[in-house]
Amino acid sequence: MPENYVPILMFGVIAFLFPVVTLWFASLLRPDSRDVGFRRKPYECGVPPEGDARGRFGVRFYIIAILFVIFDVETIFLFPWAVQYKALGLFGLVEMLVFLGILIVGYIWLYKKGALEWV
Amino acid sequence: MTTLLEILDQPLVLALIRVLIVFTALSLIVAYLVYAERKILAHIQVRLGPMRVGPHGLLQPIADGLKLLLKEDIIPEGADRAVFWLAPAITVLASFTAFSLIPFADNFYVTDVNVGLLFVIAISSLGVLGIILGGWASNSHYPLLGALRSTAQLVSYEVALSFALISAILLAGTLSMNGIVKAQLQQGVWFAFMQPVAFFILFVAAIAETNRNPFDLPEAESELVAGFHTEYSGFRFSLFFLAEYAAMVLVSSIAVTLFLGGWLRPFPNVEWLGFLRFAPVVVFGAAGTWCFLRFFRFPTGREWFWQRLMLFALGAGAAAAALGLLYPPVLVASQGAFWFLAKVFLFLYAFIWFRGTFPRYRFDQLMRLGWHFMIPLAIVNVIFCGVGLVLSWELGWNRSLSLLLASGATLLVAAWLARERS
Amino acid sequence: MTFYEVTFYVLAVVALLSAILVITCRNPVHSAIFLVLTLLSVALIFLQLQAEFMAAVQIIVYIGGIMVLFLFVIMLVNLDVAVRQAPYNRQRWIAGFAALVLLAEFTLFIYQGRDWAKLPPAAAEAVQPNTELIGRALFQNYILPFEVASLLLLVAMVGAVLMAKQR
Repeated sequence: MPENYVPILMFGVIAFLFPVVTLWFASLLRPDSRDVGFRRKPYECGVPPEGDARGRFGVRFYIIAILFVIFDVETIFLFPWAVQYKALGLFGLVEMLVFLGILIVGYIWLYKKGALEWV
Repeated sequence: MTTLLEILDQPLVLALIRVLIVFTALSLIVAYLVYAERKILAHIQVRLGPMRVGPHGLLQPIADGLKLLLKEDIIPEGADRAVFWLAPAITVLASFTAFSLIPFADNFYVTDVNVGLLFVIAISSLGVLGIILGGWASNSHYPLLGALRSTAQLVSYEVALSFALISAILLAGTLSMNGIVKAQLQQGVWFAFMQPVAFFILFVAAIAETNRNPFDLPEAESELVAGFHTEYSGFRFSLFFLAEYAAMVLVSSIAVTLFLGGWLRPFPNVEWLGFLRFAPVVVFGAAGTWCFLRFFRFPTGREWFWQRLMLFALGAGAAAAALGLLYPPVLVASQGAFWFLAKVFLFLYAFIWFRGTFPRYRFDQLMRLGWHFMIPLAIVNVIFCGVGLVLSWELGWNRSLSLLLASGATLLVAAWLARERS
Repeated sequence: MTFYEVTFYVLAVVALLSAILVITCRNPVHSAIFLVLTLLSVALIFLQLQAEFMAAVQIIVYIGGIMVLFLFVIMLVNLDVAVRQAPYNRQRWIAGFAALVLLAEFTLFIYQGRDWAKLPPAAAEAVQPNTELIGRALFQNYILPFEVASLLLLVAMVGAVLMAKQR
């Protein structure tokens, strides 16, 4: 029944057009932005900014993102299992325990290795 | 006239009308949520909050909205204009569109699909993209670092959120949002009482997902100026702000639908508690009485005339609503939406209450809480919930008892996870 | 032209255009945004094929997880150097010729096999909800691949952390 999804698309289009239309409408009412002084420089607590912002930011963000992808895939596997749980019964529980068990082993390894520390 | 009725009869037009109703109602709720937060925080801090614009500051959101709309639009030098413009639009899209799947009453929802909950998660995970693009587009250090930190926080707590939702799905057996509420009606008990640990995890993860205090380091003023929306001013900033408050309402709605019974009244299957259906009348009557009392105590004088008039009009409107609700068909029709909104407002009050009460978590403490405590606890909760359900099906134990034992076992694991490390 | 055909062609055109824009854009973040658009179109095509679970999973994992990972990496790497490099190298003529040969082969095979892929449309009652089908299939018929998937996730976890923490 894909026709059930059309209202979501309608809502999405309205929600996307709302900022666009309002910004355009407000640009008719707003004062013009003039390039005066330091107004258009990026804000750094009053000190003039030096250098471009695209620096290097450390590898821990990357580790968090990749661990998120892995655990997200794990939760995706859990959704059909949860929906069909009554039909799958004990056998389904044992299967999922094996699946989660392997991932918990991985989680303990990550913890011991220190990959879950932020500093 | 008949052509108008024929047009209105088309399913898509009906859906469009519902979409517009939900969109406008949501915008009003979000705007007045900002006002409510200022007033409640003010009262927690023993001061009054906005009092000038309209009686007791009730017209403050309109004044703020107009002000932000008319401010100058500053785009920082070197910023990527296309992405700068796109980022708030993506965040607004993500926060608002997910409301099309939430059931507000027995027969009032924009649409209901088989995998409703999964789509709600999918749409709200698009919001993360908006944050990271907004931070990058500003060409400045504070926004970029704020965006990266905010995204790392959102992403860490989204895993715990998903596991908590899975515990509720185990009990409901369906992913459709309306189906989950109906499952709570059939089983006669809200899922929060069967899975309290999952409810707690969902609540904490919801606070972290919306960047609220105590998890609001990425946008706290003393830390990173304003995080990823430092360089946004005027209406663009208000779009991010609206999206954040809409996300708050969204996660409250999800928690209410999944764990607190959605549009069901408390104890939906207990007959002798049927007098609770008069609750909307009581609420509107109390609001009307308060308005009239304030009206009589308001200072008299020429300069207070318009505010007195507004207060009187509000009181009269509330009293009229209370009287109108006494009419049985209207009472029955408004039950679902009233209980749903009451529970969502309770949640939102809790969010604001936490903001006025707790100190802020440092970022590494926040990440440690997420990865070392929340995620293992959530996984263990899913396992024990599954075990409890299988025990009740295969061995014939009482379902509530086995789930209670499961929650007890999870709490033991939680105590072990939260132990003091020397 | 039925509703389904119209939506399919629109989504296919959007997906192809965004995919081409992904590889021709100079700015990596713009390429990432067009990749998000491509993935979104593919998710909507899944939806049109009544595979709603797959559509939701596509958005949650691909756009919500992998694109975030891509954007993190784009921001962790110093962009100036990458943007200023020349996008083509000296072997572009040979590469272009090889691509044309491949395109000719694909067109020939698709044209020869065009009748084979036509399936009769299923009756509306015969198609069950996607999630339940996947749940039943995954946990009753395909248990072993499912458990092997968990091993793959474990390998990914260990590999990512080992490579990132080379100290």
